[in-house]
Parts: sequence; structure tokens; C-alpha cells
Amino acid sequence: MGLLSLAIWTPILVGVVLLALGRDQHAGVVRWVALLGALAGLAVTVPLYTGFEVGSAALQFVEKAVWIEGFNVHYHLGVDGISLWLVLLTAFTTVIVVIAGWEVITERVNQYMGAFLILSGFMIGVFSAQDAMLFYVFFEATLIPMYLIIGIWGGPNKIYAAFKFFLYTLLGSLLMLIALIYLYVQSGGSFALSDWYRLPIGGTAQTLLFFAFFAAFAVKVPMWPVHTWLPDVHVEAPTGGSAVLAAIMLKLGAYGFLRFSLPILPDASHEWAWLMIALSLIAVIYVGLVAMVQQDMKKLVAYSSVAHMGFVTLGFFIFSDLGMSGGLVQMVSHGFVSAAMFLAIGVLYDRVHSREIADYGGVVNTMPRFAAFALLFTMANAGLPGTAGFVGEWMVIIAAVKANFWIGLLAATALIFGAAYSLWMFKRVYLGEPGNDEVRGLSDINAREFLVMALLAIAVLAMGVYPKPFTDVMDPAVAELLRHVANSKLN
Amino acid sequence: MIDKLSWVAAYPEILLAVMTCVIALADLAVKTPLRGSTYALTLLTLAVVAVFLGMAGASGSTIEGFGGMIVSDPMGNWLKCFATIALMATLVYGRAYAGARDMLRGGELFSLSLFALLGMFVMISGHNFLVIYLGLELLTLSSYALVALRRDDTAATEAAMKYFVLGALASGFLLYGLSMVYGATGSLDIGQVMASIAGGEATLKGSVQVLVLGLVFVVAGLAFKLGVAPFHMWVPDVYHGAPTSITLLIGGAPKLAAFAIVIRLLVEGLQPLAVDWQQMLAVLAVLSLLVGNLAAIAQTNLKRMLAFSTIAQMGFLMLGLMAGVSGGDGSNMANAYSSSMFYVVTYVLTTLGTFGVIILLSRAGFESDTIQDLAGLNQRSPLYAGVMAACMFSLAGVPPLVGFYAKLSVLQALLASPSTFHVGLAVFAVVMSLIGAFYYLRLVKVMYFDAPTQSAPIEASLDVRSVLSVNGALVLILGIVPGGLMAVCAQAVAALFA
Repeated sequence: MGLLSLAIWTPILVGVVLLALGRDQHAGVVRWVALLGALAGLAVTVPLYTGFEVGSAALQFVEKAVWIEGFNVHYHLGVDGISLWLVLLTAFTTVIVVIAGWEVITERVNQYMGAFLILSGFMIGVFSAQDAMLFYVFFEATLIPMYLIIGIWGGPNKIYAAFKFFLYTLLGSLLMLIALIYLYVQSGGSFALSDWYRLPIGGTAQTLLFFAFFAAFAVKVPMWPVHTWLPDVHVEAPTGGSAVLAAIMLKLGAYGFLRFSLPILPDASHEWAWLMIALSLIAVIYVGLVAMVQQDMKKLVAYSSVAHMGFVTLGFFIFSDLGMSGGLVQMVSHGFVSAAMFLAIGVLYDRVHSREIADYGGVVNTMPRFAAFALLFTMANAGLPGTAGFVGEWMVIIAAVKANFWIGLLAATALIFGAAYSLWMFKRVYLGEPGNDEVRGLSDINAREFLVMALLAIAVLAMGVYPKPFTDVMDPAVAELLRHVANSKLN
Repeated sequence: MIDKLSWVAAYPEILLAVMTCVIALADLAVKTPLRGSTYALTLLTLAVVAVFLGMAGASGSTIEGFGGMIVSDPMGNWLKCFATIALMATLVYGRAYAGARDMLRGGELFSLSLFALLGMFVMISGHNFLVIYLGLELLTLSSYALVALRRDDTAATEAAMKYFVLGALASGFLLYGLSMVYGATGSLDIGQVMASIAGGEATLKGSVQVLVLGLVFVVAGLAFKLGVAPFHMWVPDVYHGAPTSITLLIGGAPKLAAFAIVIRLLVEGLQPLAVDWQQMLAVLAVLSLLVGNLAAIAQTNLKRMLAFSTIAQMGFLMLGLMAGVSGGDGSNMANAYSSSMFYVVTYVLTTLGTFGVIILLSRAGFESDTIQDLAGLNQRSPLYAGVMAACMFSLAGVPPLVGFYAKLSVLQALLASPSTFHVGLAVFAVVMSLIGAFYYLRLVKVMYFDAPTQSAPIEASLDVRSVLSVNGALVLILGIVPGGLMAVCAQAVAALFA
């Protein structure tokens, strides 16, 4: 069994064991088993990084076996520079959410922890699948645990949110399924991505396929105007669910653009790049403005996620080295920052049971240590140099200016809006005199919460100060991808 | 005409017929309220028959018997094997339920079920219009009696009457259609009908109108039996009114037999008319997907909802069946029909799990047949909630559950010839399955997100518990490794065209 299989199946197996054996009487044991499972899942991804040959664009740690003979589907795994960091990010985030849910979740602990571990395995599967059907199975399978996480442990309007999440994303994926089957038929019965990269496809077919993939991935990213599910879902999801959703599940969509739309449909991608850039800019500017007027902290961060993911898609569809690497860096950094933002909101919510900005004020007086962390994450969300949030946005803006000054200018305004909504929220929640008695009675974060915050803070700072390990891994794969995208596949 | 091979071809039917009579007689001596000995003997018989059928199916041999009136081929043997296993699971799930509702005063439940199974066997093996019709009548007459088995229940009696009247009408349609085909081709034998139409003799006599008119009646009769719109009216009422264990008996294994006669009549017999009947199936598919999915949303009764869900699922099956021949090119036939077979087999597996849980939740004096009765099942029993959730996600077609691969294979067969018409149908089908996902998810929501309204402990004997667990596990395991069952279906259907 290869390392990637271990990375996928370790958390899933531990999750299944938790589902089968756990009872709430043994919640303590369940938590420790879950933590050990998550740590084991992280541990098996470490050799992926240390053993990764930097500077090579080839797939590494490849595993291939026949899976469904009748349809020529293979269990084909492999990572390149594009997916490696996303795999690591997934395993890392799983450890974080397990710790973050430690005392907060008291009911059906085994199902909660099991769902997150299984979800983690599925998502690593998405990032390492090299067979389209394997990709689709993992991609869709993530819906089931997330649906249950939102629906069981969510807020008051959780049922609406769970259904909206499931059905919204299912519609997109089903259209993609038709596109996958169409490509399977056209390629003479192969689901291998490498075959599809070489397959010539006509102009009209490319456009139709492009929009079928768009339906699946744009909903997941989410891009404007199909982003409306995200705020609703984030508001109702439990803290851990929001963190995983923002940190990783949104990346499944962006990753899909890189693995499917761009290399398989290069001509349609170029043809419709204007649309993608326009939608991305709308996400960056308009949704940034929408974020500013939110009263609910989670909604604010959710809208800011949409704006940040706009940078990712913008970077991809400029078709330059810098833009694409910038988009990838932004994916990873947004993973750290958005998870941190949601977990910080979770810390407050666990104490006050409100997400309304108006219910807070002056938290810094009673929770100084926590406020320091929150300030760091807020700055990172605003894209302050020296934090993870800066690197990707800066790269994308430079690439945009190179491509077209006006696109660059519009994209750069996001830094202003980002700073505005992030800092304004920080001011209203943390600064000033304590807003009410509940805030006066708050106790600062305990050791467990400190650990979670510190781990994320280290990641955010490290990536902001020294992004070279990230870009070095990504660059060859990005160059290879751009080479694919530059070749027309029209006959 | 009757040679040694004839007996070999029919030995599962003969074994089953003999044992059914033995069980009916032996039951006279059984006095225990739950008929333990009859039950054990029935299961033993079915297990032996299933093993023989599985071995016959795996051997891949095709034997004709009784002058070509019946055939023992891999498709038939596998379908009979699956139908036998499905009946075993049905009886395991339903015995306690039937016992609590005064349906085990005699052993009729077992002997009638066995006769119904025998009817299915004859339908599946029949290679002659009359033999198939005989099997169908044996199955349906046993089913009418089974629905009415709860004799002091008005709903069940009403359902039995409806089922009988509409079922008789459907049989009439089928028989009328078959008689026209007979008139046009001069033969009742499926092979000869095929040869006669393909050779042009039937059309030479100027009887092509008769032939196509007959075809319309045949398709209508089959549509009645499969329960696809617009011939679906009996399905919700009968599913709802029949005792739940009998609902499973009607909605489970017989679908396999219905699939078999569709293949025998339309593909093996009337394949040269595929252009005609595929159009009809396309209409049936579209209507079923529409009616089934939309009507299911409005249901509050669980059994009615599942009835409409069945209509929608059968609509999906129609899509697979109509994908075989496209523009006169039959190269996709094996692919399309094996995909359809995979679809129907996995559908039956999932239906068994679903109804298994519903039957389990019913107690003496309490029918667990509204959606709200499932509320908070996850808190009462994570295992059964898990089985039910796996079945629901499977019916909705979400990977990694087996229902996804069923939908995948049908869509793949449909798109093998990517004409605009087929692509349009595929898009329509996935949009409809999105609507379908809503009501399947609603059941998951009720089980997982709502608080329990019942607190009675869920009691299940060891046999029910283990079969239900295996059933749920299969829905998941076949979703992770579906290749084996797909290969069985491909081998079975390939033998038809060998």
C-alpha cells in the first residue's frame, strides 16, 4: 500500500471504527482515538513532503490498479506540485478541527469525529485522484459527511442550510458527471486524466463541457453569482464544519478547474477567460462590499471567503506563471486563514452563544491573549504583508497588472475592502470598552484553544514570511500545466 | 420433445415446485404461532435453490428445454438466483411482522410466497409467449392473495381488489398484444418470432400494422407490470394498502422477473422493432421520472413515497433499456442491457434494506408507515439508521453507494451514442434525480436531525439483525467494489447475444 493510500484510508478506517464502536459514555476515549487517528493521518503525509522531488512536474507517489474493469476505471493516485500542499493542508486541518471540537461537542461525539475523519480521507482522495471517475466518487462522497455535520450539529436553521448545501452542489456535480461520461465515450472508453489531456475536442463540445465543469466547480468555489449557498451554510454549520468547508472544501472546486477545465479544454478556457475574470472581479469587489455590511461575524467571514476565492480563479484565468502560482498560494493561505477566522468566531460563540457583532465589544479587555491571535488572523485576512494572506493576493495582482492594467487595478481595490471589513469587524468586536455584562464576564482561552490558535498562527506567519517552500513545489507543475493550456486541442 | 436436457433446464423450477407442495403439506403439522419449522424449511429450500442457480449462472451454459419453450441461460439463472435471495430476505424481515398481524394462522404466507417465486422463475425461463404468460399469472395471482392475507384489514382488502382489477386488465393487455404478434408472425416461440420479423416474412404478409399495434399492447402490459407512468396508478395504492412485508414482496423480487420478461419479449423477440418500442420506452421513462419524483415530494406516508420513488427508479431503468439500438446500430445492446440489469439488481437490494428497516420499526398494533415515524432513529439505533441512510443515499445516486454506479452505467449506456436526443434525456434524468435527492435526503434528515418521537425499544431477532446488517453493508461494499456484480451482469447479458 502506497503512502497516498495510507493518507486516504487511515482517517477513513479510524472514522469507521469510531462510528461502529463509540458511545457517548466513552466520549473521552472516542476523542483520544479520533485525535490519534487525525495525527496518524497527518503523520503519513509527512513523508509525502520530505520524499517529494522538488523541481519535477511529474506525478509522484503514483499508485495504479484496476478498480472497475467493465468501465476501465482505475484506482490511480498521484500528487504533483499542485496537489501536494492541498493534501498536507487537509491532514493538518483535520487535526485542528478534532482538537477544536474537543469539549464543545458533547452529543454523539463518535459520529462527529468519525464524520470529520472520513471527510478528510475523501478530500485527500479528491486531491490525489488521477482517474476522473475516482475523482468524482471522492468529490461527491464528501457531501454525505458534510450534510450530516451541518444537519446534526448545526445552528437553529441547520436543516435549510444542510439541504441547500447538498442540493446546490449536487446539481453542479451531476452536470459534470454527464461531461465525464461524454469524455469517456469520446476517448474510446478511458477515464484516465492523462488520456483526456491529449484528446482533441471540437470547439462547440469544448464550450459545452466547459460550462458543465463550470457548473460543478464554480458552485463549489463558490464564484459569484452561485455563491449564495455559502453564507447560509457557514452561519448554520458548527465551527469545525465551517472551518473545513472554508479551508478545504472550497478548494475542491478551484482544484477542479486546474485538473479538468484548463488542461482538458484549453481552447474553451481561453475563449471564456473574459467571463471567468469578470465573475472573479465581481466576487472580489462586489462581494467584498457585501461583506462590509454584515451584522453576523460568520456571514462576514463567509463573504470574505468568496472574495478571496475570487483571487484564486482570477489568478488561474490570467494564464501566467505568476497568476497561477499566486492562485495556488492563495488557496493554501486561505485554508489557514479562513480556518483560523472561523475557529476564532467559534471560541467567542462557545462562550456567548451569539455571532452578532453587536453583542460584543471590548473583548480585548477580558481575553487579551485571544485578542492578540484574533488580530493576527484579521490582519492576515486583510492581506497584510508578512502574513500568509499577502503572498497570494500580491502575486495575483502583479500578474493581473502585467496582463491588463485595469484588471490589476480593480483586483487591487480588494486590499482596501479587505482591510476595511476585517479591521472594522475587529474594532467593533474586540476594541473599546466592554460592550455588555456578558463580555465583562468572559474568560480567556484555555490551553486547548491556545494550542489550536498557536498552530494556525505559526502556519500563517511562516507562510507569510517564507513562502518559498510552497512556490518551489508548485512552480514546475504550474509551468507544465500552462504548457498544456497553451496547446490548442481543436482539430 | 421432452428429452433429458429438458429436465436439466427446468430442475430449479421442479425442485421449487416439489418443495412448495411439501412445505404446504408439512405446515399442517406445525402448531407454533410463528411457524418456525415451516420458516426454517422454506429458507433451507430457497438457500439450496439459490446455490444451484448461482452455480448454473456461473457456469455460463445455455440449455433449451421442452422444445425451446424454456431456456436456462446465465441471465435467467442469475436473475432467478437474485430473486430467490431477495425472497429469503423478504421472509426473514417479514415473519415477525406477519405474526403480529394474524397473517400466520396458516402457512399460506410461505407457500404463496414460494408459488410467487415459482411464477417468477417461469417468467424468467420462459422462451415462449404462453409460458411467460403462465408464469406471470402464477406470480400475480399469488400476489393478490398475499396482499389480502390480512383478511380483517380494510386497507389491505381494498389494495388487493385494486391490484387484482388493474392487474387483470394489464394481463389482458399483454395477452391481447401477444395474440396480435402471434397473428402477424404465426408463432408463439420467441426465437421464431424474432426470425420471422427479421426475415421479413411478417412484414411481407402486410401485417406490419398488426405487429406494431400488438407491440403497443405488449409494451403497455409490461409498463403496467413494471409500474411506470402513465400505467402506475396501482403502485401507490397497493404499496400503501398492503401489509408492509407484502409490499416488499411485491416491490422487491418481482422487479427482477419483470425485467427478465422485458428482455425476453422486447429484446429477444421483437428486437427488429426496437426503433418503435424504444420510442415508447422513452416516453414512459420521461413520464415516470417526472411523475414519480414530483409526486414523491408531496407524500407524508412513507410507503406511498417509496412507491413514487419506485416509479421514478423504473423510469431510469427504461432509459437504460431504450439505449440499446441507436440509428439501426445495435453495437451498444450488450452494454445497455447489462447496465439495466445491474440497475434493477441493485435497486432490489436497496429496496430490501429500506423496507427491512420499516418493517423492523413496526410493532404489534403500530404501523411505522409515516415519514415522521422514523424521527430520531439515529438516536434510537445508529445501526438501523445507518442502513436506512445508506439505502437512501444509494437511491439518490450518491457515491460511494451502489446506486451511484447503477445510475452511472445507465447514463453511460445512454450517452454511448451522444445524439442530441440522448444527451437531452440524460440531462433531464439528472435534473430529475436532483429532485429525487430532495425526498431521499428528507428521510435522512428526519432520522438524523429530528428528535425521536417514539421511545419504544427496537427489538429484532438475531436473523433479522444479521440479514439487515449484511444488506446495508452490501449497499456500501458494492459501492466501493462494484466491479464483480457488473461483470456478472455483463457475462449474463453477453450470453444472450452469443
